Amino acid sequence: MNRFDYVRADTVADAIKALSTDPSARFIAGGTNLVDLMKYNVEKPGRLIDITRLPLKSIEEHEGGLRIGALVSNADLAYDARVQRRYPLLASAILAGASAQLRNAASTGGNLNQRTRCYYFYDEGTPCNKREPGSGCPAIGGVNRIHAIFGASEACIATNPSDMCVALAALEATVRVSGPEGDRAIAFADYHRLPGDDPSKDNTLKPGEIVVSVDLPATDYGAHHTYLKLRDRLSYAFALVSVAAALELDGQIIRTARVALGGVAHKPWRNVEAETLLQGKPATRESFRAAADLIVAEAKPQSENGFKIELARRAIVRSLEQAAAGTPQSQSDKRIQ
Amino acid sequence: MATQFSTGAGEDRFVGRAVSRVDGPAKVTGLAKYAGEFSAENLAHGYVVSSSIARGRITSIDTAAAEAVPGVLKVITHKNRPSVAGQSKAYQDMVAPPGSPFRALYDETIVFSGQPVALVVAEDFDTARHAASLVTVAYEAEPPRTDIDALSGDAYKPPMEREGIKPPPEPRGDAEAAFGKAPIRVEGQYRLADEHHNPMEPHASTVVVEDDGTYTVYDKIQGVANTQLYLTNVFGLKPEQVRCLNPYLGGGFGSGLRPQYQLFLAMLAAQDLKRSVRVTLTRDQMWSFTFRSQAVQTISLGADENGGLQAIRHDAVQGTSTYEDYQEVVVNWSGVLYKCDNVKLSYKLVKLDTPTPGDMRAPGAVSGVFAIETAMDEMACATGLDPIELRLKNYTEADQTEGKPFGSKALKSCFSEGAERFGWSKRSPEPRSMRDGKELVGWGMASGIWESMMMKSSAQATLTADGRLEIGNSTGDIGTGTYTILTQIAADTLGLPIEHITTKLGDTELAQAPVAGGSWTAASSGTAVMKACRTIAEQVFKLARGLPDSPLANVDFERAVFTNGRIEVAGDPSRSVGIVDVLKTTGTDKLEATETASPDKDFKKQFEAYTHSAIFAEVKVDEELGRIRVTRIVSAIAAGKILNTKTARSQILGGVVMGIGSALHEESMLDHRLGRFMNHNLGEYHVPAHADIYDIDVIFVDEEDMANPLGVKGLGEIGIVGTAAAIGNAVYHATGKRIRNLPITVDKILG
Repeated sequence: MNRFDYVRADTVADAIKALSTDPSARFIAGGTNLVDLMKYNVEKPGRLIDITRLPLKSIEEHEGGLRIGALVSNADLAYDARVQRRYPLLASAILAGASAQLRNAASTGGNLNQRTRCYYFYDEGTPCNKREPGSGCPAIGGVNRIHAIFGASEACIATNPSDMCVALAALEATVRVSGPEGDRAIAFADYHRLPGDDPSKDNTLKPGEIVVSVDLPATDYGAHHTYLKLRDRLSYAFALVSVAAALELDGQIIRTARVALGGVAHKPWRNVEAETLLQGKPATRESFRAAADLIVAEAKPQSENGFKIELARRAIVRSLEQAAAGTPQSQSDKRIQ
Repeated sequence: MATQFSTGAGEDRFVGRAVSRVDGPAKVTGLAKYAGEFSAENLAHGYVVSSSIARGRITSIDTAAAEAVPGVLKVITHKNRPSVAGQSKAYQDMVAPPGSPFRALYDETIVFSGQPVALVVAEDFDTARHAASLVTVAYEAEPPRTDIDALSGDAYKPPMEREGIKPPPEPRGDAEAAFGKAPIRVEGQYRLADEHHNPMEPHASTVVVEDDGTYTVYDKIQGVANTQLYLTNVFGLKPEQVRCLNPYLGGGFGSGLRPQYQLFLAMLAAQDLKRSVRVTLTRDQMWSFTFRSQAVQTISLGADENGGLQAIRHDAVQGTSTYEDYQEVVVNWSGVLYKCDNVKLSYKLVKLDTPTPGDMRAPGAVSGVFAIETAMDEMACATGLDPIELRLKNYTEADQTEGKPFGSKALKSCFSEGAERFGWSKRSPEPRSMRDGKELVGWGMASGIWESMMMKSSAQATLTADGRLEIGNSTGDIGTGTYTILTQIAADTLGLPIEHITTKLGDTELAQAPVAGGSWTAASSGTAVMKACRTIAEQVFKLARGLPDSPLANVDFERAVFTNGRIEVAGDPSRSVGIVDVLKTTGTDKLEATETASPDKDFKKQFEAYTHSAIFAEVKVDEELGRIRVTRIVSAIAAGKILNTKTARSQILGGVVMGIGSALHEESMLDHRLGRFMNHNLGEYHVPAHADIYDIDVIFVDEEDMANPLGVKGLGEIGIVGTAAAIGNAVYHATGKRIRNLPITVDKILG
């Protein structure tokens, strides 16, 4: 871990200024990911800008939906009564991740910006294009059972580890950011990016920009949603495959469907074509299978993670069944309905 | 006759009960200090720089930037290290396997990934850590060889045996021929992943330089005698110059049996800088030394139509380092567990570019018993016999390997009591025949076995005029409850309340005892403590009998009852005298005794000694998603006398949890191109989380054993042995899928 300066920003403008004037600076809120990365010498910020005092800690009504301040903790968000009532999918996804202690510390904005858990990215003793652009990707052909099956590139096969973001992708949230050039809103699908030939960038934030809120649209999926997370133990592990599924039903007919996958790509993975395919179809296993087949059709395995394709296919079907039946996955009872 | 601890005709008041840990309050309040928590005036802090290659040599090492950081005292590398012992033999600790032990910073050669290549010493830890990130090392790398499958052709029989590790016995009968003729045959390859111990407490050593030039060393070790031996040999010191302590251990599981490189580095720096130094390893550095290396095993079982075993073949090839021939007992269990006249066992090693593997909770048995007990389940399926029935059919009261009966073996009681508690009789034998909603239900069982050992061990006891007793020796309480059971034994032997007894462990100034491992500590240190306390009892008794008008006049020692701080005459409690009164009246400040307990040679000549268990597991496997939950475990244990039902149960619970980890989670994943374990953190190296643990039911069956005066056989390892096999067998019963390659992860279930 390197030596660094510490400054505290009292306003969003101060924070932006501090970040814009020092390319080696990083924001720190909960620090649940950044501090680990610093201990591993993956991140070596010259300066930490403490943003925990910024006035971004509230959850407010906004255009029929909710505006979640970037500094709302994961725990506060998951247990917020409005979120639990109106966006149980989001609450469930958050509670599927990390531990109570981490959720207490981690912020909404930090969750959006957490880095991959690729073994090689964390290990400065190995090459990694994300950590050291151009050094290579030993995960390709290496230890990669947890790596991407969608959207990977020759340069990087890392996955985004967030659970919360998978639900936000399904809910079509909007990320509001502020920066030296003013404020802008980014559709959730455009916030994270695929690795392409520049895996060092996880998202589309521009230099100096800060996430100020995540806005949830008014859409209400009622009881027809689920967050199903499959991992190597029953709790406290990153997803091998997770699915956020939400349906609007007219009786047994699907009006709209949302399916977002976690643990399988450099960003929460959605396939709009498959969601469209489900529209107007009966909410049956057969329909769900067809959508799942369409989604995994473009999956590409690495040397050790081929099983994730079949696992994803089955998880998609099962999660849509859970959503249709109105029996969302409990995150405390580990039985899968 | 049941074992009795109290001297003479007294009653056991503490032994055999659920006594809470005497060290519990110190641990939960943070008063218990661990090796990396001791401090000293002017303490300097070391941080290790680790190699990124697995094989090759250092061509250059640039420490200038690190040395330029304010607060950095020195960067020690192979180029500027002080002189140390040149003979590799000097580095052989008490439990070292044959070979040339690893010598940190010795020269430019790299023999494993994560090898320490520099120690940065600074005024504080943060400075040392920062400066360490500025050290740049250039290597000439050679392709690492870490793939045991690719190298199995180079497997060799270790030319020199590791002390205390029995090589496979000579074959008995003709296993090949018998297997060829057997009407029912089972064959398979079995393995479990490389596993790292990962105790919560990382390895650390604090070397304190005293004013008189001697050293006080706090080391994460399972027995400080080993630390002292290592330091005196390597650094040319006399034992009286190095006092070693480790009062508490935050988990060892075998990783603390041998002195590890942080000890060497801390002493090296302390001598070099003439300052006290602490070196604490990071979590990822916990992958840079000892581990359970995988054993690739093949088993062939032949049986007659009735399930009687006709042939057992069990062969294992296990990885070791390039510089030491680590060995453990992997295959011998198959020749001990079952009655069979044709048995052939073999054990070979393959040299890999990894650190030397080491003992990890039930070393060898975890791998070997997983294999044989999985194969036995396959045999049960092949013969159509219930798995318990098959095991009973091949039950043996004698160890055919040694041609001796077992001193005790209550495995049959484990089968019956375990099955009863589990409800085994309700099992439907067909795979995939039991179901609960979307989950397939599987019930499986296995046997467990571990050697019951005792080591020569001393203990001391001091009774002072205030009626307080201090006992102790140099062995470590590795979290097993040793402080507590020794206190109980002393309390009952002298009839004292537990609160009047202080037990001290983990200090080379105390009576000599071996490292704590192999499940031998209760028998070894326990017997020594009982002997020392008996000697004290005799001394007090003599004083008491010599008092004027002694109530004990003309009473033999055998009729003395030590209870409630008094000595009474058996059958006549009105004749008694208080121990404190005896000491006061006779003007005795204190009574001291040191006794040594050794294994009973006559017993060893006649008998073989093992602990046994029967483990029953229920799993629920989501049929579509392949996800496994271990919903119930019943572990029935035959381990002789149980000294403390609470700490004993905890030992088994811990063993079972670790067995669940072995079965489903634990796997250190090597990148063979880099020769490096890649998931070197607790986020990605999975051990069971709370959610993975459902009901665990522990049964201790009655078993009387005479190997030592306590009748104890040890409990540290038996809880893990066989647990993975029981779970794997349950997974087979649930799914019809036989997974012979641990851990059983979702890819293997779906594949």
